[in-house]
Amino acid sequence: MTFDDLHIASILVSTVRNAPVLIFAAMAGLFAERSGVIDIGLEGKILASAFVSAAVAFATKNPWYGVAAGMLVSVALATLQGYVAITQKGNQLVAGIAVNIAMSGLTFVVAQYFFQQGGRTPDLGSARLFDVVLPGSDAVENIPFLGWFYAHLIGGHSVLVYLAFLLVPVVHWVIYHSRFGLRLRACGENPHAADAAGISVERQRYLAMLIAGVLCSFSGAYLAIVQSGFFLRDMSAGAGYLALTAMVFGNWRPFHTFLGCLMFGFFGAVQIQIEGVELPVIGRIPGSLIQMVPYVVTVVVLAGLMAKSVAPKALGTPFVKSR
Amino acid sequence: MNNHDLPRWATAFVMPVLNLLSALLVAALVIYMLGESPAESLGILINSAVVNPEGLSYTLFYASTFIFTGLAVSIAMQAGLFNIGAEGQMYFGGLGLTLAMLAFDSSLPWWLLLPVGMLGAALFGALWSFLPGYLQAKRGSHIVVTTIMFNFISASLMNFVIVKYLVPAGEQNPASRAFADAAAMPLLNQWLPVLGETPLNISFFIAIIALVIYGVVTTRSAWGFKLRATGLNQHAAHYAGIRISKMIITVMLISGALAGLGSVNAIMGSTHYLSLNFVNGAGFVGIAIALMGRQHPLGIFLSSVLFGALIQGGFDLSLEKPNIPIETFIFIQGLIILFCGAMENFYAPAIARLLKRKG
Repeated sequence: MTFDDLHIASILVSTVRNAPVLIFAAMAGLFAERSGVIDIGLEGKILASAFVSAAVAFATKNPWYGVAAGMLVSVALATLQGYVAITQKGNQLVAGIAVNIAMSGLTFVVAQYFFQQGGRTPDLGSARLFDVVLPGSDAVENIPFLGWFYAHLIGGHSVLVYLAFLLVPVVHWVIYHSRFGLRLRACGENPHAADAAGISVERQRYLAMLIAGVLCSFSGAYLAIVQSGFFLRDMSAGAGYLALTAMVFGNWRPFHTFLGCLMFGFFGAVQIQIEGVELPVIGRIPGSLIQMVPYVVTVVVLAGLMAKSVAPKALGTPFVKSR
Repeated sequence: MNNHDLPRWATAFVMPVLNLLSALLVAALVIYMLGESPAESLGILINSAVVNPEGLSYTLFYASTFIFTGLAVSIAMQAGLFNIGAEGQMYFGGLGLTLAMLAFDSSLPWWLLLPVGMLGAALFGALWSFLPGYLQAKRGSHIVVTTIMFNFISASLMNFVIVKYLVPAGEQNPASRAFADAAAMPLLNQWLPVLGETPLNISFFIAIIALVIYGVVTTRSAWGFKLRATGLNQHAAHYAGIRISKMIITVMLISGALAGLGSVNAIMGSTHYLSLNFVNGAGFVGIAIALMGRQHPLGIFLSSVLFGALIQGGFDLSLEKPNIPIETFIFIQGLIILFCGAMENFYAPAIARLLKRKG
């Protein structure tokens, strides 16, 4: 294996490891937006659940308690957004931004209160979620390519990684082949028709927000408990917006959205790989410029593909039952 | 929600105040849970931000910056655009200002440096908002997401530009060289010695002039009418002959320029050099101000002063109470956006019921 191959191999592995943060959040956003509620507050929910997951996992020394606690907080925030969007018929964008800004401040304050480490939680150590080693990994380790493929690309990840990848077909089935999904889409496309057919638009949208809250919490938990092993101030670093963009890129369809997440995961992996590497012609790219990559890609994706995209028709408009 | 039935004093005054109080009540609850006394904290805050003349001077100094970011978010909001990018636009405006100062601060007198600096700041701020505006107008890319991305991009890009090009040789501090004394804004303490060694400067008056111009243009000019028509109903505005895409791009350029102008007070009024992250959240404060002040000039002014007081009082509070760090005010900002923006009509039904019973 040459030096270059090693790079590609580790880029692929880190793509798989980067993607779950985005996949969970994007699937969460998909449920919310397919029901007609814009979810710009993914970022805040990721951050809040990342902090709570890390803090509870540290305190109880059990990562699963952390995951559960993160879920509670994320669901609470999603319900608040739902309350604004559905019951209050307020501005959903503003509610999402409010959640993001409030959580950026509150997670720091609470982290500082409990741990006094500048808005960071202590290292989780044994309370991290450990990687799954597939059976027979040792046996195939020395076989070229296949060994790497089985033990490192497919195997050797946390349970949450597998959950993220399995989630995509499940979401696809729920959205397109279940009664719940049909009603969900009806509420997002034409809530008045759904209402006339006897579906409670409000109930359906609250349910969608509930699911969004649950799914989004995994994103935060993964970030803190699996990827980093601690919580850090503003550690989501725009992941919620990238997930949202992946969803727009995927035209609000689960499999296409998944591809968008992989694309962002891939760029994230490349970004880490080319840091400090002497490239032909351009030379070494400074770290501060490499940090821009995912955000620039997001703008390019939005600029190039948004015009063709088909958002749910009733997205962002509160439903007012006609008399 | 339907609040057309409510009298004007209720929607313009009672509801915003109730919303603000709700946000502060939640904040007080959190402060209580952090083991501190909300009443005592409020006392420290008011004392340090309003009662003490030096503190009040700092409050108004911060407010001078916030008025510009508040105006930036407000004018875009009038056209129905939610500009989250004031943070990055002000950061970039600071670069324009600094480049102008580095080029001219040794050759021009202060009364020429000020307009040159303002021009540089406005130009670069507008430059940074052009692409999100253009993409929204021509490609339908959602302005909220693109402006947020531009915030992230500006943070990295400015880091690169400052460290690579602006740090003077032999210096470690990631900041440009200090400007010549001619580039300093005249401070108000030369007329009012009671203000002490505080950076309150004539930017405060420039900000008030900007508020007046904003008020006149949005409510008394044909362009302002078109602006608000676009915000109220894009389709109807289009039908009435307003070119929506041109309107979106223009208003975003103005919004970016206003955000960029926020850097004049922050840099020429205080530090006299461009430093890393000098914006420090002022752009996000602008969102809360625009929502709280309901995009009305007087509302923007009062909200800016309130936020100036929260920041100034918050600094002193964080020194006295380690459990209430300055980040608490980022949380409060989020609460204010939630209560004054997203749930602005929360109390409307209750007020309507109350009025009905009386009448």
